[in-house]
Amino acid sequence: MCRRGMKLLLLLALLGTPALALAVAPNLNPDPSAPATQAQIAALQQAISNQQAATASAQSAGDNSWMLTSAALVLLMTGPGLALFYGGLVRKKNILGTMMQSFAMMCLVTILWAIAGYSLAFGHGNAFVGGFEHLFLRGVGVTPNLDYAATIPEQTIMIYQLMFAIITPALISGAFAERMKFSAMAVFLSLWSLFVYCPMAHMVWGVGGLLNSSNIHAAFPSFDFAGGTVVHITSGVSALVTCLYLGKRIGYPQTNMPPHSMVLSFIGACLLWVGWFGFNAGSALAASPLATSAFVNTHFATAAAALGWTVAEWIHNGKPTALGAISGAVAGLVAITPASGFVQPMSALAIGLIAGVICSFMVFEVKSRLGYDDSLDAFGVHGAGGTVGALLTGIFAASVINPVFKDAAGNPLPSGAIDGHWGQMLNQLAGVGIAWSISIVGTLVLLFVVDKVMGLRVSAEDEAAGLDLSQHGEEGYDFNT
Amino acid sequence: MIKIEAILQPSKLDAVKDALLEAGIEGMTILEARGHGRQKGHTEFYRGREYTVDLLPKVKIELVVTDEMKEKTIQAIIGAARTGRIGDGKIFVSPVAEAIRIRNDERGETAL
Repeated sequence: MCRRGMKLLLLLALLGTPALALAVAPNLNPDPSAPATQAQIAALQQAISNQQAATASAQSAGDNSWMLTSAALVLLMTGPGLALFYGGLVRKKNILGTMMQSFAMMCLVTILWAIAGYSLAFGHGNAFVGGFEHLFLRGVGVTPNLDYAATIPEQTIMIYQLMFAIITPALISGAFAERMKFSAMAVFLSLWSLFVYCPMAHMVWGVGGLLNSSNIHAAFPSFDFAGGTVVHITSGVSALVTCLYLGKRIGYPQTNMPPHSMVLSFIGACLLWVGWFGFNAGSALAASPLATSAFVNTHFATAAAALGWTVAEWIHNGKPTALGAISGAVAGLVAITPASGFVQPMSALAIGLIAGVICSFMVFEVKSRLGYDDSLDAFGVHGAGGTVGALLTGIFAASVINPVFKDAAGNPLPSGAIDGHWGQMLNQLAGVGIAWSISIVGTLVLLFVVDKVMGLRVSAEDEAAGLDLSQHGEEGYDFNT
Repeated sequence: MIKIEAILQPSKLDAVKDALLEAGIEGMTILEARGHGRQKGHTEFYRGREYTVDLLPKVKIELVVTDEMKEKTIQAIIGAARTGRIGDGKIFVSPVAEAIRIRNDERGETAL
Protein backbone atom coordinates (compact mmCIF):
# COMPACT_ATOMS: atom_id res chain seq x y z
CA MET A 1 0.00 0.00 0.00
CA CYS A 2 2.81 2.61 0.91
CA ARG A 3 4.85 1.80 -2.20
CA ARG A 4 1.82 2.39 -4.44
CA GLY A 5 1.25 5.76 -2.69
CA MET A 6 4.86 6.77 -3.14
CA LYS A 7 4.73 5.93 -6.86
CA LEU A 8 1.54 7.99 -7.18
CA LEU A 9 3.12 10.96 -5.41
CA LEU A 10 6.18 10.76 -7.61
CA LEU A 11 3.99 10.62 -10.72
CA LEU A 12 2.04 13.66 -9.53
CA ALA A 13 5.25 15.54 -8.82
CA LEU A 14 6.68 14.67 -12.19
CA LEU A 15 3.57 15.81 -13.98
CA GLY A 16 2.82 18.73 -11.76
CA THR A 17 6.13 20.56 -11.79
CA PRO A 18 6.18 21.50 -15.46
CA ALA A 19 2.50 22.37 -15.30
CA LEU A 20 3.23 24.67 -12.35
CA ALA A 21 6.17 26.20 -14.20
CA LEU A 22 4.03 26.93 -17.21
CA ALA A 23 1.40 28.57 -15.11
CA VAL A 24 3.67 31.27 -13.48
CA ALA A 25 6.38 31.92 -16.17
CA PRO A 26 5.96 34.64 -18.95
CA ASN A 27 4.88 33.56 -22.35
CA LEU A 28 8.30 33.49 -24.06
CA ASN A 29 6.85 32.43 -27.34
CA PRO A 30 3.86 34.72 -27.75
CA ASP A 31 1.54 34.18 -30.56
CA PRO A 32 2.41 36.98 -33.07
CA SER A 33 -1.07 37.24 -34.41
CA ALA A 34 -2.66 37.85 -31.05
CA PRO A 35 -4.27 41.31 -30.86
CA ALA A 36 -2.49 42.27 -27.63
CA THR A 37 0.90 41.63 -29.21
CA GLN A 38 -0.01 43.57 -32.33
CA ALA A 39 -0.98 46.56 -30.25
CA GLN A 40 2.28 46.39 -28.32
CA ILE A 41 4.32 46.31 -31.52
CA ALA A 42 2.42 49.22 -32.97
CA ALA A 43 2.95 51.25 -29.83
CA LEU A 44 6.69 50.54 -29.85
CA GLN A 45 6.95 51.50 -33.52
CA GLN A 46 5.17 54.78 -32.82
CA ALA A 47 7.46 55.52 -29.90
CA ILE A 48 10.57 54.90 -32.03
CA SER A 49 9.17 57.11 -34.76
CA ASN A 50 8.43 59.89 -32.26
CA GLN A 51 11.93 59.57 -30.85
CA GLN A 52 13.48 59.85 -34.31
CA ALA A 53 11.37 62.90 -35.10
CA ALA A 54 12.37 64.51 -31.82
CA THR A 55 16.05 63.82 -32.48
CA ALA A 56 15.83 65.21 -35.99
CA SER A 57 14.02 68.25 -34.67
CA ALA A 58 16.70 68.82 -32.03
CA GLN A 59 19.42 68.41 -34.64
CA SER A 60 17.68 70.89 -36.91
CA ALA A 61 17.19 73.33 -34.06
CA GLY A 62 20.89 73.16 -33.18
CA ASP A 63 22.02 73.51 -36.78
CA ASN A 64 19.58 76.26 -37.68
CA SER A 65 20.33 78.35 -34.63
CA TRP A 66 24.05 78.22 -35.31
CA MET A 67 23.50 79.01 -39.01
CA LEU A 68 21.27 82.00 -38.34
CA THR A 69 23.77 83.27 -35.78
CA SER A 70 26.55 82.79 -38.32
CA ALA A 71 24.61 84.74 -40.93
CA ALA A 72 24.28 87.63 -38.48
CA LEU A 73 28.00 87.43 -37.67
CA VAL A 74 28.94 87.61 -41.35
CA LEU A 75 26.73 90.66 -41.86
CA LEU A 76 28.45 92.24 -38.86
CA MET A 77 31.72 91.79 -40.74
CA THR A 78 30.51 94.21 -43.42
CA GLY A 79 28.56 96.57 -41.25
CA PRO A 80 30.20 97.93 -39.23
CA GLY A 81 33.33 95.73 -39.38
CA LEU A 82 34.61 96.52 -42.86
CA ALA A 83 33.03 99.99 -42.87
CA LEU A 84 35.06 100.94 -39.79
CA PHE A 85 38.22 99.12 -40.84
CA TYR A 86 38.33 100.87 -44.21
CA GLY A 87 36.82 104.08 -42.85
CA GLY A 88 39.58 104.62 -40.34
CA LEU A 89 42.26 104.10 -42.97
CA VAL A 90 41.14 106.91 -45.29
CA ARG A 91 41.47 110.64 -44.81
CA LYS A 92 38.89 112.35 -42.62
CA LYS A 93 37.12 113.98 -45.56
CA ASN A 94 36.26 110.56 -47.02
CA ILE A 95 35.01 108.67 -43.95
CA LEU A 96 31.30 108.71 -44.83
CA GLY A 97 31.94 108.04 -48.50
CA THR A 98 33.96 104.96 -47.56
CA MET A 99 31.40 103.64 -45.11
CA MET A 100 28.60 104.25 -47.57
CA GLN A 101 30.32 101.98 -50.08
CA SER A 102 29.98 99.04 -47.67
CA PHE A 103 26.49 100.04 -46.60
CA ALA A 104 25.34 100.35 -50.20
CA MET A 105 26.36 96.75 -50.77
CA MET A 106 24.34 95.63 -47.75
CA CYS A 107 21.28 97.11 -49.43
CA LEU A 108 21.85 96.60 -53.16
CA VAL A 109 23.26 93.08 -53.12
CA THR A 110 20.38 91.96 -50.91
CA ILE A 111 17.85 93.00 -53.55
CA LEU A 112 19.84 91.50 -56.39
CA TRP A 113 20.39 88.25 -54.48
CA ALA A 114 16.71 87.92 -53.73
CA ILE A 115 15.73 88.53 -57.33
CA ALA A 116 18.39 86.55 -59.20
CA GLY A 117 21.66 86.16 -57.34
CA TYR A 118 20.76 83.13 -55.24
CA SER A 119 19.41 81.37 -58.29
CA LEU A 120 22.50 82.12 -60.37
CA ALA A 121 24.82 80.92 -57.64
CA PHE A 122 23.00 77.99 -56.09
CA GLY A 123 20.37 76.92 -58.59
CA HIS A 124 20.72 74.03 -60.98
CA GLY A 125 22.45 75.14 -64.15
CA ASN A 126 25.68 73.95 -65.67
CA ALA A 127 29.20 73.59 -64.35
CA PHE A 128 29.80 77.36 -64.55
CA VAL A 129 26.65 79.12 -63.41
CA GLY A 130 23.26 78.28 -61.92
CA GLY A 131 19.99 78.82 -63.71
CA PHE A 132 16.83 80.81 -63.16
CA GLU A 133 14.78 78.20 -61.30
CA HIS A 134 14.84 80.28 -58.11
CA LEU A 135 14.23 83.69 -59.67
CA PHE A 136 12.48 85.83 -57.02
CA LEU A 137 13.31 83.01 -54.61
CA ARG A 138 10.66 80.78 -56.15
CA GLY A 139 10.76 77.41 -54.44
CA VAL A 140 13.06 78.60 -51.68
CA GLY A 141 11.13 78.03 -48.49
CA VAL A 142 11.68 76.40 -45.17
CA THR A 143 12.05 72.87 -46.57
CA PRO A 144 15.68 71.77 -46.59
CA ASN A 145 17.45 71.63 -49.94
CA LEU A 146 19.18 68.27 -49.86
CA ASP A 147 21.78 69.41 -52.41
CA TYR A 148 23.25 71.62 -49.66
CA ALA A 149 22.08 70.75 -46.15
CA ALA A 150 19.50 68.29 -44.91
CA THR A 151 18.79 69.72 -41.47
CA ILE A 152 18.19 73.42 -42.13
CA PRO A 153 15.64 75.35 -44.18
CA GLU A 154 16.79 76.39 -47.63
CA GLN A 155 16.05 80.01 -46.69
CA THR A 156 18.74 79.72 -44.03
CA ILE A 157 21.26 78.71 -46.71
CA MET A 158 20.02 81.56 -48.89
CA ILE A 159 20.31 84.24 -46.21
CA TYR A 160 23.67 82.93 -45.01
CA GLN A 161 25.16 82.96 -48.48
CA LEU A 162 23.68 86.42 -49.08
CA MET A 163 25.99 87.82 -46.39
CA PHE A 164 28.97 86.45 -48.32
CA ALA A 165 27.67 88.01 -51.51
CA ILE A 166 27.40 91.33 -49.66
CA ILE A 167 30.92 91.49 -48.27
CA THR A 168 32.74 90.39 -51.42
CA PRO A 169 32.10 93.49 -53.56
CA ALA A 170 32.44 95.67 -50.46
CA LEU A 171 36.03 94.43 -50.11
CA ILE A 172 36.89 95.74 -53.57
CA SER A 173 36.11 99.30 -52.43
CA GLY A 174 39.43 99.27 -50.59
CA ALA A 175 41.29 99.59 -53.88
CA PHE A 176 39.38 102.55 -55.28
CA ALA A 177 39.06 104.39 -51.99
CA GLU A 178 38.73 108.16 -52.02
CA ARG A 179 38.22 108.51 -55.76
CA MET A 180 35.20 106.69 -57.17
CA LYS A 181 31.77 108.21 -57.79
CA PHE A 182 29.08 106.78 -55.54
CA SER A 183 26.67 106.25 -58.46
CA ALA A 184 29.27 104.53 -60.62
CA MET A 185 30.39 102.38 -57.68
CA ALA A 186 26.83 101.26 -57.07
CA VAL A 187 26.32 100.24 -60.69
CA PHE A 188 29.76 98.66 -61.12
CA LEU A 189 29.65 96.57 -57.96
CA SER A 190 26.05 95.48 -58.55
CA LEU A 191 26.96 94.17 -61.98
CA TRP A 192 30.14 92.61 -60.56
CA SER A 193 28.11 90.76 -57.98
CA LEU A 194 25.92 89.17 -60.66
CA PHE A 195 28.52 88.52 -63.36
CA VAL A 196 31.67 87.65 -61.40
CA TYR A 197 30.60 86.62 -57.89
CA CYS A 198 27.60 84.43 -58.74
CA PRO A 199 29.37 82.26 -61.35
CA MET A 200 32.42 81.81 -59.10
CA ALA A 201 30.19 80.91 -56.15
CA HIS A 202 28.38 78.42 -58.34
CA MET A 203 31.56 76.79 -59.58
CA VAL A 204 32.90 76.23 -56.08
CA TRP A 205 29.76 75.68 -54.00
CA GLY A 206 26.84 75.25 -56.38
CA VAL A 207 25.30 71.93 -57.36
CA GLY A 208 27.21 70.61 -60.37
CA GLY A 209 29.95 73.23 -60.01
CA LEU A 210 33.18 72.70 -61.92
CA LEU A 211 35.31 73.19 -58.80
CA ASN A 212 32.91 71.84 -56.19
CA SER A 213 34.70 69.21 -54.11
CA SER A 214 31.36 67.64 -53.09
CA ASN A 215 30.46 67.15 -56.74
CA ILE A 216 31.70 63.71 -57.77
CA HIS A 217 31.61 64.79 -61.41
CA ALA A 218 33.57 67.97 -60.82
CA ALA A 219 36.42 68.43 -63.28
CA PHE A 220 38.65 70.06 -60.66
CA PRO A 221 37.34 69.32 -57.15
CA SER A 222 39.04 72.12 -55.27
CA PHE A 223 38.99 72.67 -51.52
CA ASP A 224 37.54 76.05 -50.63
CA PHE A 225 35.65 75.75 -47.38
CA ALA A 226 34.43 79.29 -46.85
CA GLY A 227 35.47 81.24 -49.92
CA GLY A 228 39.20 81.84 -50.25
CA THR A 229 38.79 81.80 -54.01
CA VAL A 230 35.14 82.85 -54.25
CA VAL A 231 35.41 85.86 -51.95
CA HIS A 232 39.02 86.84 -51.41
CA ILE A 233 40.80 86.09 -54.66
CA THR A 234 37.95 87.51 -56.73
CA SER A 235 37.67 90.68 -54.67
CA GLY A 236 41.43 91.11 -54.28
CA VAL A 237 42.31 90.61 -57.93
CA SER A 238 39.34 92.72 -59.05
CA ALA A 239 40.62 95.37 -56.66
CA LEU A 240 44.03 95.33 -58.34
CA VAL A 241 42.48 95.61 -61.79
CA THR A 242 40.26 98.48 -60.63
CA CYS A 243 43.04 100.50 -59.03
CA LEU A 244 45.20 100.07 -62.12
CA TYR A 245 42.33 101.15 -64.39
CA LEU A 246 41.33 104.15 -62.27
CA GLY A 247 44.83 105.35 -61.58
CA LYS A 248 46.35 106.71 -58.41
CA ARG A 249 44.86 109.21 -56.03
CA ILE A 250 45.92 112.78 -56.74
CA GLY A 251 49.16 113.38 -54.88
CA TYR A 252 50.01 109.70 -54.37
CA PRO A 253 52.71 108.73 -53.44
CA GLN A 254 54.40 112.07 -52.74
CA THR A 255 51.72 113.30 -50.34
CA ASN A 256 51.37 111.42 -47.14
CA MET A 257 47.91 109.99 -46.68
CA PRO A 258 47.99 108.25 -43.33
CA PRO A 259 44.87 106.84 -41.67
CA HIS A 260 42.78 109.53 -40.02
CA SER A 261 41.63 107.16 -37.26
CA MET A 262 43.50 104.00 -36.39
CA VAL A 263 41.02 103.69 -33.53
CA LEU A 264 38.12 103.07 -35.93
CA SER A 265 40.22 100.67 -37.99
CA PHE A 266 41.16 98.75 -34.87
CA ILE A 267 37.53 98.37 -33.82
CA GLY A 268 36.64 97.30 -37.36
CA ALA A 269 39.40 94.70 -37.44
CA CYS A 270 38.29 93.15 -34.16
CA LEU A 271 34.71 92.97 -35.43
CA LEU A 272 36.06 91.24 -38.53
CA TRP A 273 37.91 88.68 -36.37
CA VAL A 274 34.85 87.81 -34.31
CA GLY A 275 32.49 87.91 -37.28
CA TRP A 276 34.76 85.60 -39.24
CA PHE A 277 33.80 82.75 -36.91
CA GLY A 278 30.42 82.92 -38.62
CA PHE A 279 32.12 83.13 -42.01
CA ASN A 280 34.31 80.04 -41.54
CA ALA A 281 32.68 77.89 -38.87
CA GLY A 282 29.25 78.61 -40.34
CA SER A 283 30.41 77.18 -43.64
CA ALA A 284 30.05 73.76 -42.04
CA LEU A 285 26.31 74.42 -42.56
CA ALA A 286 25.65 72.66 -39.26
CA ALA A 287 26.46 72.92 -35.57
CA SER A 288 28.83 70.02 -36.01
CA PRO A 289 32.34 68.90 -35.02
CA LEU A 290 33.45 70.28 -38.40
CA ALA A 291 32.21 73.70 -37.32
CA THR A 292 34.38 73.36 -34.22
CA SER A 293 37.40 72.50 -36.37
CA ALA A 294 36.79 75.53 -38.56
CA PHE A 295 36.30 77.78 -35.53
CA VAL A 296 39.55 76.66 -33.91
CA ASN A 297 41.51 76.90 -37.16
CA THR A 298 40.19 80.39 -37.82
CA HIS A 299 41.27 81.69 -34.46
CA PHE A 300 44.69 80.04 -34.50
CA ALA A 301 45.59 81.23 -37.99
CA THR A 302 44.58 84.81 -37.21
CA ALA A 303 46.70 85.01 -34.09
CA ALA A 304 49.72 83.50 -35.85
CA ALA A 305 49.36 85.82 -38.83
CA ALA A 306 49.09 88.95 -36.69
CA LEU A 307 52.27 87.93 -34.91
CA GLY A 308 53.99 87.09 -38.19
CA TRP A 309 53.24 90.50 -39.72
CA THR A 310 54.13 92.30 -36.48
CA VAL A 311 57.51 90.59 -36.17
CA ALA A 312 58.26 91.12 -39.87
CA GLU A 313 57.45 94.80 -39.50
CA TRP A 314 59.42 95.14 -36.27
CA ILE A 315 62.46 93.86 -38.11
CA HIS A 316 61.75 95.94 -41.22
CA ASN A 317 60.92 99.27 -39.53
CA GLY A 318 62.16 98.96 -36.00
CA LYS A 319 58.68 99.42 -34.52
CA PRO A 320 55.55 97.21 -34.48
CA THR A 321 52.61 99.30 -35.64
CA ALA A 322 48.96 98.78 -34.74
CA LEU A 323 48.11 98.93 -38.43
CA GLY A 324 50.54 96.11 -39.11
CA ALA A 325 49.12 93.98 -36.33
CA ILE A 326 45.51 94.32 -37.44
CA SER A 327 46.43 93.89 -41.10
CA GLY A 328 48.28 90.72 -40.19
CA ALA A 329 45.19 89.45 -38.41
CA VAL A 330 43.05 90.11 -41.48
CA ALA A 331 45.62 88.39 -43.70
CA GLY A 332 45.43 85.32 -41.47
CA LEU A 333 41.66 85.34 -41.56
CA VAL A 334 41.76 85.50 -45.35
CA ALA A 335 44.31 82.72 -45.73
CA ILE A 336 42.54 80.30 -43.38
CA THR A 337 39.20 80.87 -45.12
CA PRO A 338 39.62 78.17 -47.76
CA ALA A 339 41.43 75.86 -45.35
CA SER A 340 39.30 76.24 -42.23
CA GLY A 341 37.24 73.06 -42.58
CA PHE A 342 40.01 70.90 -43.98
CA VAL A 343 43.14 71.28 -41.88
CA GLN A 344 44.37 70.46 -38.41
CA PRO A 345 44.96 73.14 -35.78
CA MET A 346 48.75 73.07 -36.00
CA SER A 347 48.48 73.45 -39.78
CA ALA A 348 46.28 76.48 -39.17
CA LEU A 349 49.05 78.09 -37.12
CA ALA A 350 51.48 77.46 -39.96
CA ILE A 351 49.09 78.82 -42.59
CA GLY A 352 48.54 81.96 -40.55
CA LEU A 353 52.21 82.59 -39.96
CA ILE A 354 53.10 82.11 -43.62
CA ALA A 355 50.26 84.37 -44.80
CA GLY A 356 51.12 87.10 -42.30
CA VAL A 357 54.70 87.28 -43.49
CA ILE A 358 53.94 87.01 -47.22
CA CYS A 359 51.16 89.61 -47.16
CA SER A 360 53.33 92.05 -45.20
CA PHE A 361 55.98 91.64 -47.89
CA MET A 362 53.37 92.28 -50.60
CA VAL A 363 52.37 95.52 -48.92
CA PHE A 364 55.78 96.82 -47.85
CA GLU A 365 57.89 95.89 -50.82
CA VAL A 366 55.88 94.82 -53.84
CA LYS A 367 53.34 97.63 -53.70
CA SER A 368 55.87 100.41 -53.28
CA ARG A 369 58.19 99.02 -55.93
CA LEU A 370 55.47 98.52 -58.52
CA GLY A 371 53.81 101.79 -57.59
CA TYR A 372 50.11 100.92 -57.84
CA ASP A 373 47.72 102.74 -55.52
CA ASP A 374 45.82 99.89 -53.89
CA SER A 375 44.76 102.38 -51.28
CA LEU A 376 43.64 100.04 -48.50
CA ASP A 377 45.62 96.97 -49.58
CA ALA A 378 42.66 94.98 -50.82
CA PHE A 379 44.93 93.11 -53.23
CA GLY A 380 47.87 92.81 -50.87
CA VAL A 381 45.76 91.23 -48.14
CA HIS A 382 42.79 89.60 -49.87
CA GLY A 383 44.16 88.81 -53.30
CA ALA A 384 47.55 87.62 -52.10
CA GLY A 385 46.25 86.09 -48.85
CA GLY A 386 43.49 84.26 -50.66
CA THR A 387 45.90 82.84 -53.23
CA VAL A 388 48.40 81.75 -50.56
CA GLY A 389 45.60 80.23 -48.49
CA ALA A 390 44.05 78.34 -51.38
CA LEU A 391 47.39 76.79 -52.29
CA LEU A 392 48.29 75.96 -48.69
CA THR A 393 44.90 74.26 -48.36
CA GLY A 394 46.02 71.78 -51.00
CA ILE A 395 49.04 71.02 -48.88
CA PHE A 396 47.50 70.81 -45.44
CA ALA A 397 44.04 69.32 -46.14
CA ALA A 398 43.69 66.19 -44.02
CA SER A 399 40.94 63.60 -44.46
CA VAL A 400 40.98 62.99 -40.71
CA ILE A 401 39.33 66.41 -40.34
CA ASN A 402 37.04 66.33 -43.35
CA PRO A 403 36.87 63.19 -45.47
CA VAL A 404 35.81 64.74 -48.75
CA PHE A 405 36.98 62.03 -51.13
CA LYS A 406 35.73 58.52 -50.53
CA ASP A 407 36.20 55.23 -52.29
CA ALA A 408 33.40 52.94 -53.52
CA ALA A 409 33.06 51.36 -50.08
CA GLY A 410 32.77 54.76 -48.39
CA ASN A 411 36.22 54.77 -46.84
CA PRO A 412 38.01 58.12 -46.76
CA LEU A 413 40.68 58.78 -49.36
CA PRO A 414 43.66 61.15 -48.95
CA SER A 415 42.69 64.82 -49.12
CA GLY A 416 45.76 67.00 -49.52
CA ALA A 417 49.50 66.68 -49.81
CA ILE A 418 49.86 66.05 -46.10
CA ASP A 419 47.87 62.84 -46.67
CA GLY A 420 49.99 62.00 -49.69
CA HIS A 421 47.62 63.36 -52.33
CA TRP A 422 49.89 65.88 -54.06
CA GLY A 423 47.57 65.86 -57.07
CA GLN A 424 45.19 68.04 -55.09
CA MET A 425 47.56 70.95 -55.76
CA LEU A 426 46.48 70.83 -59.42
CA ASN A 427 42.85 71.20 -58.39
CA GLN A 428 43.74 74.09 -56.11
CA LEU A 429 45.68 75.73 -58.94
CA ALA A 430 42.64 75.31 -61.17
CA GLY A 431 40.46 77.07 -58.62
CA VAL A 432 42.99 79.86 -58.16
CA GLY A 433 43.50 80.22 -61.91
CA ILE A 434 39.79 80.40 -62.65
CA ALA A 435 39.27 82.94 -59.86
CA TRP A 436 42.07 85.16 -61.20
CA SER A 437 40.83 84.87 -64.79
CA ILE A 438 37.17 85.55 -64.17
CA SER A 439 38.09 88.48 -61.97
CA ILE A 440 40.46 90.09 -64.44
CA VAL A 441 38.24 89.64 -67.48
CA GLY A 442 34.92 90.34 -65.77
CA THR A 443 36.18 93.39 -63.92
CA LEU A 444 37.87 94.93 -66.96
CA VAL A 445 34.74 94.55 -69.08
CA LEU A 446 32.48 96.01 -66.40
CA LEU A 447 34.84 98.89 -65.61
CA PHE A 448 35.02 99.78 -69.28
CA VAL A 449 31.26 99.66 -69.76
CA VAL A 450 30.38 101.65 -66.64
CA ASP A 451 33.12 104.19 -67.34
CA LYS A 452 31.78 104.80 -70.84
CA VAL A 453 28.19 105.12 -69.65
CA MET A 454 28.66 107.28 -66.58
CA GLY A 455 32.32 107.83 -65.74
CA LEU A 456 33.90 106.12 -62.77
CA ARG A 457 36.21 108.63 -61.17
CA VAL A 458 35.27 111.81 -59.33
CA SER A 459 36.56 115.10 -60.69
CA ALA A 460 39.79 116.54 -59.29
CA GLU A 461 37.86 119.21 -57.34
CA ASP A 462 35.55 116.61 -55.83
CA GLU A 463 38.51 114.44 -54.91
CA ALA A 464 40.14 117.41 -53.17
CA ALA A 465 36.93 118.36 -51.36
CA GLY A 466 36.44 114.76 -50.27
CA LEU A 467 33.74 112.19 -50.96
CA ASP A 468 31.68 113.16 -47.90
CA LEU A 469 30.97 116.61 -49.27
CA SER A 470 31.08 115.91 -52.99
CA GLN A 471 29.12 112.65 -53.09
CA HIS A 472 26.91 112.89 -50.04
CA GLY A 473 26.71 116.57 -49.09
CA GLU A 474 27.63 115.69 -45.53
CA GLU A 475 30.50 115.92 -43.14
CA GLY A 476 31.59 112.87 -41.22
CA TYR A 477 32.84 114.84 -38.25
CA ASP A 478 31.56 118.22 -37.20
CA PHE A 479 33.19 118.99 -33.88
CA ASN A 480 32.19 122.64 -34.05
CA THR A 481 28.52 122.03 -33.31
CA MET B 1 47.41 148.42 -25.23
CA ILE B 2 49.44 145.62 -26.73
CA LYS B 3 48.70 142.14 -27.94
CA ILE B 4 50.92 139.31 -26.78
CA GLU B 5 50.85 136.09 -28.82
CA ALA B 6 52.72 133.16 -27.34
CA ILE B 7 53.21 129.88 -29.18
CA LEU B 8 53.96 127.16 -26.69
CA GLN B 9 54.42 123.44 -26.20
CA PRO B 10 50.99 121.96 -25.35
CA SER B 11 52.43 120.37 -22.20
CA LYS B 12 53.28 123.86 -20.84
CA LEU B 13 49.78 125.29 -21.16
CA ASP B 14 48.66 124.63 -17.59
CA ALA B 15 51.85 126.06 -16.07
CA VAL B 16 51.63 129.21 -18.18
CA LYS B 17 47.93 129.74 -17.39
CA ASP B 18 48.64 129.44 -13.68
CA ALA B 19 51.57 131.87 -13.95
CA LEU B 20 49.42 134.42 -15.80
CA LEU B 21 46.65 134.21 -13.23
CA GLU B 22 49.19 134.72 -10.49
CA ALA B 23 50.47 137.80 -12.31
CA GLY B 24 46.97 139.24 -12.26
CA ILE B 25 45.95 138.63 -15.85
CA GLU B 26 42.53 137.14 -16.20
CA GLY B 27 41.54 137.33 -19.85
CA MET B 28 43.11 135.15 -22.51
CA THR B 29 42.26 133.23 -25.68
CA ILE B 30 43.74 129.79 -26.25
CA LEU B 31 44.00 128.21 -29.67
CA GLU B 32 45.22 124.80 -30.80
CA ALA B 33 47.76 125.21 -33.54
CA ARG B 34 50.30 123.25 -35.52
CA GLY B 35 53.68 124.35 -36.67
CA HIS B 36 57.39 124.31 -36.15
CA GLY B 37 60.40 126.59 -36.01
CA ARG B 38 63.81 125.01 -35.99
CA GLN B 39 62.46 121.99 -34.18
CA LYS B 40 62.48 118.93 -36.43
CA GLY B 41 59.38 116.77 -36.70
CA HIS B 42 59.07 113.13 -35.77
CA THR B 43 58.95 110.06 -37.97
CA GLU B 44 55.91 107.85 -38.30
CA PHE B 45 55.38 104.64 -40.22
CA TYR B 46 52.63 103.88 -42.67
CA ARG B 47 52.64 100.57 -44.49
CA GLY B 48 56.34 100.06 -43.96
CA ARG B 49 57.32 103.46 -45.25
CA GLU B 50 58.84 106.07 -42.98
CA TYR B 51 57.66 109.63 -43.29
CA THR B 52 58.30 112.83 -41.36
CA VAL B 53 55.51 114.68 -39.65
CA ASP B 54 56.73 118.28 -39.37
CA LEU B 55 53.49 119.97 -38.42
CA LEU B 56 53.74 119.53 -34.70
CA PRO B 57 50.94 120.25 -32.22
CA LYS B 58 51.31 123.63 -30.49
CA VAL B 59 49.22 125.85 -28.27
CA LYS B 60 48.84 129.57 -28.92
CA ILE B 61 47.81 132.02 -26.18
CA GLU B 62 46.60 135.48 -27.13
CA LEU B 63 46.41 138.25 -24.55
CA VAL B 64 45.70 141.95 -24.79
CA VAL B 65 47.15 143.85 -21.85
CA THR B 66 47.98 147.43 -20.88
CA ASP B 67 51.45 148.81 -21.76
CA GLU B 68 52.40 148.74 -18.07
CA MET B 69 51.64 145.02 -17.78
CA LYS B 70 53.74 144.08 -20.82
CA GLU B 71 56.99 143.03 -19.15
CA LYS B 72 55.28 141.33 -16.22
CA THR B 73 53.16 139.25 -18.62
CA ILE B 74 56.13 138.28 -20.78
CA GLN B 75 58.17 137.25 -17.75
CA ALA B 76 55.28 135.17 -16.41
CA ILE B 77 55.04 133.28 -19.69
CA ILE B 78 58.77 132.74 -20.08
CA GLY B 79 59.19 131.65 -16.48
CA ALA B 80 56.56 128.93 -16.84
CA ALA B 81 57.32 127.80 -20.39
CA ARG B 82 61.10 127.77 -20.67
CA THR B 83 62.91 124.42 -20.69
CA GLY B 84 66.05 125.55 -22.48
CA ARG B 85 65.54 123.18 -25.43
CA ILE B 86 64.62 123.85 -29.03
CA GLY B 87 60.82 123.87 -29.31
CA ASP B 88 60.07 126.08 -26.28
CA GLY B 89 58.22 128.50 -28.53
CA LYS B 90 58.03 132.20 -29.31
CA ILE B 91 56.31 135.37 -28.11
CA PHE B 92 55.20 138.17 -30.44
CA VAL B 93 54.10 141.62 -29.34
CA SER B 94 52.02 144.00 -31.45
CA PRO B 95 50.09 147.22 -30.78
CA VAL B 96 46.28 147.11 -30.42
CA ALA B 97 44.21 149.98 -31.86
CA GLU B 98 41.01 149.54 -29.86
CA ALA B 99 39.38 147.31 -27.28
CA ILE B 100 35.61 147.17 -26.68
CA ARG B 101 33.56 145.26 -24.12
CA ILE B 102 30.55 143.89 -25.90
CA ARG B 103 28.32 143.74 -22.82
CA ASN B 104 28.33 147.46 -22.00
CA ASP B 105 30.26 149.24 -24.75
CA GLU B 106 33.20 150.18 -22.52
CA ARG B 107 36.21 151.20 -24.53
CA GLY B 108 39.94 151.49 -23.98
CA GLU B 109 41.94 150.06 -21.14
CA THR B 110 38.89 149.62 -18.91
CA ALA B 111 37.56 147.13 -21.45
CA LEU B 112 40.55 144.80 -20.93
